[in-house]
Amino acid sequence: MGSGRRRKPPPPEKMEEETPLPIWWRASTPAGAGALAAALVALLVRLLVSLGPYSGRGRPPMYGDYEAQRHWMEITLHTPPSEWYRNTSANDLAYWGLDYPPLTAYQSYAHGRLFLQPFAPDSVALLSSRGYETPGSKLLMRWTVLSSDLLVFFPAALYFVYVYCCRQKRGCEGDGTLEWQWLLAMILLNPCLILIDHGHFQYNCISLGFTVGAVAAILAGRELFGSFLFCLALNHKQMSAYFAPAFLGHLFGKCLKRRNPIFQVLRLGIVVLATFAIAWWPYLYSLRAVFEVLSRLAPFERGIYEDYVANFWCSTSIVIKWKKIFTIKSLKFFSSFATVSSLLPSMVQQIKSPSDRGFLYSLLNSSFSFYLFSYQVHEKSILLPLIPASLLALEEPTAFGWFTYYALFSMLPLLHRDGLILQYGALLALFALVYCLLDERHRKEPLMSGKIKLLILLPFLYSVLLHHVYLNLRPSGRYPFLFEALIMILCFSQFVILALYTNIKQWMLPDSPAGIPIEKKDL
Amino acid sequence: EYSTLSLNRPIVASVGRGHLPAGAAMAADLAWFWCAAACVKLLLAPAYHSTDFEVHRHWLALTSSLPLSRWYADASSPWTLDYPPLFAYFERLLSILAALVDPSMVDIRNHGYDADSAVLFQRLSVVFADLSLLLGAGWAARQLPSGKRRLVYVLVLWSPALLIVDHVHFQYNGLLLGVLLLSIALLTERRDLAGGVAFAVLMCSKHLFAVAAPVYFVYLLRHYCRGGGFQRDLGRFLGMGAAVGVVFVLSFGPFLYHGQVVKVSLWRRMRWVKSEESTQLLLVVLKTMDFLCGIGGFALTGSPPLIFMEQVLRRLFPFGRGLCHAYWAPNFWVITLLLRKLGYNIEIPSASLTGGLVGSSSPFAVLPQISPAISLILVILAMCPCLIMAWKDPQPKYIARWVAYAYTCGFLFGWHVHEKASLHFVIPLAFTAVDSLDDARHYFLLATGTSSLLALVPLL
Repeated sequence: MGSGRRRKPPPPEKMEEETPLPIWWRASTPAGAGALAAALVALLVRLLVSLGPYSGRGRPPMYGDYEAQRHWMEITLHTPPSEWYRNTSANDLAYWGLDYPPLTAYQSYAHGRLFLQPFAPDSVALLSSRGYETPGSKLLMRWTVLSSDLLVFFPAALYFVYVYCCRQKRGCEGDGTLEWQWLLAMILLNPCLILIDHGHFQYNCISLGFTVGAVAAILAGRELFGSFLFCLALNHKQMSAYFAPAFLGHLFGKCLKRRNPIFQVLRLGIVVLATFAIAWWPYLYSLRAVFEVLSRLAPFERGIYEDYVANFWCSTSIVIKWKKIFTIKSLKFFSSFATVSSLLPSMVQQIKSPSDRGFLYSLLNSSFSFYLFSYQVHEKSILLPLIPASLLALEEPTAFGWFTYYALFSMLPLLHRDGLILQYGALLALFALVYCLLDERHRKEPLMSGKIKLLILLPFLYSVLLHHVYLNLRPSGRYPFLFEALIMILCFSQFVILALYTNIKQWMLPDSPAGIPIEKKDL
Repeated sequence: EYSTLSLNRPIVASVGRGHLPAGAAMAADLAWFWCAAACVKLLLAPAYHSTDFEVHRHWLALTSSLPLSRWYADASSPWTLDYPPLFAYFERLLSILAALVDPSMVDIRNHGYDADSAVLFQRLSVVFADLSLLLGAGWAARQLPSGKRRLVYVLVLWSPALLIVDHVHFQYNGLLLGVLLLSIALLTERRDLAGGVAFAVLMCSKHLFAVAAPVYFVYLLRHYCRGGGFQRDLGRFLGMGAAVGVVFVLSFGPFLYHGQVVKVSLWRRMRWVKSEESTQLLLVVLKTMDFLCGIGGFALTGSPPLIFMEQVLRRLFPFGRGLCHAYWAPNFWVITLLLRKLGYNIEIPSASLTGGLVGSSSPFAVLPQISPAISLILVILAMCPCLIMAWKDPQPKYIARWVAYAYTCGFLFGWHVHEKASLHFVIPLAFTAVDSLDDARHYFLLATGTSSLLALVPLL
C-alpha cells in the first residue's frame, strides 16, 4: 500500500474493459488516491501532534494519563491477571489503579510486550519506573497510540465511508467521490480525537474505532459482526455504553420486523455473551473476581462531576449545589432517571421504525443524553457524541461544524493544562480549512435564515472573546475558576440546543416503508 | 475520460466559489493552500531544530547589537554571517520585532539561547517569510489552467523537502525561493528588466543563487538586448547593467562606505577572488565599483577601502571549508570520495573531507587536487548545452527549465554543496512538471525518488 501515486497510469486498453478493477488498482483511481491522501494527511497530523507535550509531564507525584498508561503496562507485564484489579503489594490501586475493562488491560500488556519492554525495559520495571520520562520512552508510547490508531480506527473509518456511500447509492467512483473524501477527512481529522489521543495521551481510538466498525457492519447488514465489534468496544472502555441504547433500539427494532424475532434476538444475545465471556475469561472463576473488576469500573464515590464539564449537573451546580444538598445515592438515582428519560424518545423511535439514518441519529442522541446527564462524566467524553456527529457530517454539515467547534472549545482548559495550545490552534485552523471545502451544492440542507445565522454567530463571537480572556488574563482571587465556568456554561448552552435539534430531527425522519430498506450488498 | 492524472478535474471544491470573480477565486485558492501548509508548519514548531537555529538567532543578535561595520568582521561566535547584505538587512528587520517579543533573544552574549519564546518567534518568522513563496508561486502559476495551477501549489507550497529544511532544520529558503520564482515568472511574461532586477536582489540575498547567472546573462543578452537596432540594444544592455548595479550598490554600498578609499587596485588585493565560483556579472560589477571608488574617494586617506569588502567576500565565500560538506550532497564529487575510501590515498588529513569538521582541507595524496577553479570550470562546462540553447533560441517558456538545469549543474559539480541546495532546482522544476506526463515522471524521480528528499534524510 502507499504506492498509488507512483504507479504508472493503467494502459489505455483497460478503460474499455468491463471487468471491475482489482483491489490494488483502486489506489490509483481518483477515489482511491483521495482516500489515501486523506489518510496520509491524518497520519501526518497525528505524528506532529505527538511531538508535543502529554498530560502530567514533569508533575510528580501523580503525573497524568500518560503515567497511568505506562503504569498499566508495568502492572500487566509483571503481575498475573487475577491481581490486576486487586490491591496487592505490587499493585497499589491508589496510584492509577486499572479502571477500564479487561480489554484495556490486554492491550496494555500487548503494548508493553511489543513496544516498551524490548526497547526500554527500565520504563516498565515493576515499582521502580514510576514517573519514568525520557524522550525514548515517550517515542515508544506515542507509537503505541499511533499503531492502535492505524490498525483500528483508520480501517474502521474507511469501511464506514465505503459502506455509507454505497448505501446512499452515490457510488464510490462516480461524481460522489468528492463528498465521501470530504467525509473521510472529517472523520479522520477530528481535532478532539487527535488532541486527546495523541496529545493528552489516551487510547480512545481503539474503542471508538471498534464502535465505528460496528456501525459500518450494521449498515452493511452484517449484524452479528457488528455486535461482536461493539462488544469489543464495550470491553475496552465502559464509556462505549453511551452508545448501547442506540444499538439495542436499532437491532431490536430490526429483529421485530423480521420473520422470527425471538431467534434473531437469541442469535445476537449469543454473540454478545460469547464475546464477553472471552474477554472476561480470567475473571470468570468466581463471582468475587467479577465484582472486583466491576467495582473498579464504576467509581461512584468520586462524585457526580469533577472539574468543569459542560454537562447538566456541573453547569447547574452554579445555582443548585448538588453535591452539598443531596447524597450520592439520591444523585445516582437522579442522574439515571434523567439519562434514561432523555434517551428514551430516540430509542423508542428506532424500535418502532429502524432505519440507517435513524440509527446514526440515535447514536448521537443517546450519547448526548449520557454526556449531559450521566454520573461522573469527564470533559473528554464529548468525544463520544462527536463520533456519530462526524459520521453524519454529510447530512448535517452545519450542525457538525458547530458541534466540533464547541466540543474543542470545551476542552480548552484541559489542553491548556497540558500545554497543547499551539496544537489546539493549528488543528482547529486545519479542520476549519478542510471543512470549508464542502461546496454549497453538495450540502443537502436548506439555506439558513438570517436569524439562525445570527444565533450561531453571536455565541461564536463570545467564544472568541473568551479564548482571549482565558489565555491571557488572570481571574481574581475570589473566583479562581471563573473563566472555566464561563466556558463551560457557553458550551453547555450550545450542546443543549444541538441535542434538542438532533432529537427533533430524528423524530422527523420519515417512517421506513413496509419493512426495512435492506439491500444486502456483498461487501 | 477515466484517467489517473485528471488534471483538469477540480481537485478541491470550495465554498461559494461560484459567485466570486476569477481573480479573487484564484487568490482564495492560493490562500487556502498556504494556510493549510501554515497549520502543519505550526505543528512542527516543537520539532527538532539544528544548529542553524542558533545561527539565525545569533545573526538577529549580531545585526541588532553591532554597528554595520562590524557585521562581517565580528568573530565572537563560530557562526559568522555568511549571507550577503540584503539577507542581513532582513535579519535586522526581524530583530526589531524580536526585541519586542523577547529582549534576551537579541543579546549577543546569549549563546545557545533557545527558550520557547525564541523558538516560537523564529518558527513564526519562517512561516510568514513563506508569504514570499506564496507570492512567487501565485504569480508564476497565474496563466496555468486551474487543475495544473493547484498541482503546482501542492508541489511548491507543500513541498516536503522545503518543509523539512525550512521548518524542521530551520532556514529561510522559502523567502528566497519565492523571489526566484517571481524572477522566473517575470521573465516568462517577457518582463525582462524586472526579472533581471529580481534576480539581482536574489543574488544579493544569497549568493548561492548566482550559479544560474550565466543562464540569465545569456538569455537576457539574447532576448532583451536584441532585435531593436544597435542603439536600442546597447541602451537596454546598459540599462540592465545599471539596474543590477543599483541593486548591488544598495546592498554592498554601506560596507563600501565604511572603509576608506585607496589607490590600490582590486586585483592585487583580491588575488584569491579569481578562484571563486563567482559569476561574470559580479566580477564586472566589482571591477567597476573599485574603479569608481578609486577615483571618487581619492581625498580620503588611510587604510584600504575594500577591507570591508574583502572581509565581506571572505565571509561569503569560505573556500577553506573543503570540497564536500559534512553530510555529503549526492553530487559528482562523491566519486572522488568513494575512490579515497577505497584506498587511493596514503595519508589521513587532520580535518578530513568526509568528517563533519569544517576546516581547511588537505590535498589527496594520489588523486588530483580539486580546487575551486576546477569545480567552477566543470560547472560552466556542464551548463554549456543550456547556454548554447539559450543563445540560439531564447524562448521565455523554457526559462524555468534552464534555470533548474543550471542549478542542477551547480549542485553536481559545485564546491562545498549542501544537500539542501537540491531545493534550488526542485522548486522551479515544479512548473515544468505539470507540462506533460514525462515531465511529471522526471520530476518525481528527481524530487522524491533519488536525489532530493532521500538525501535530506541524513540531515534529520
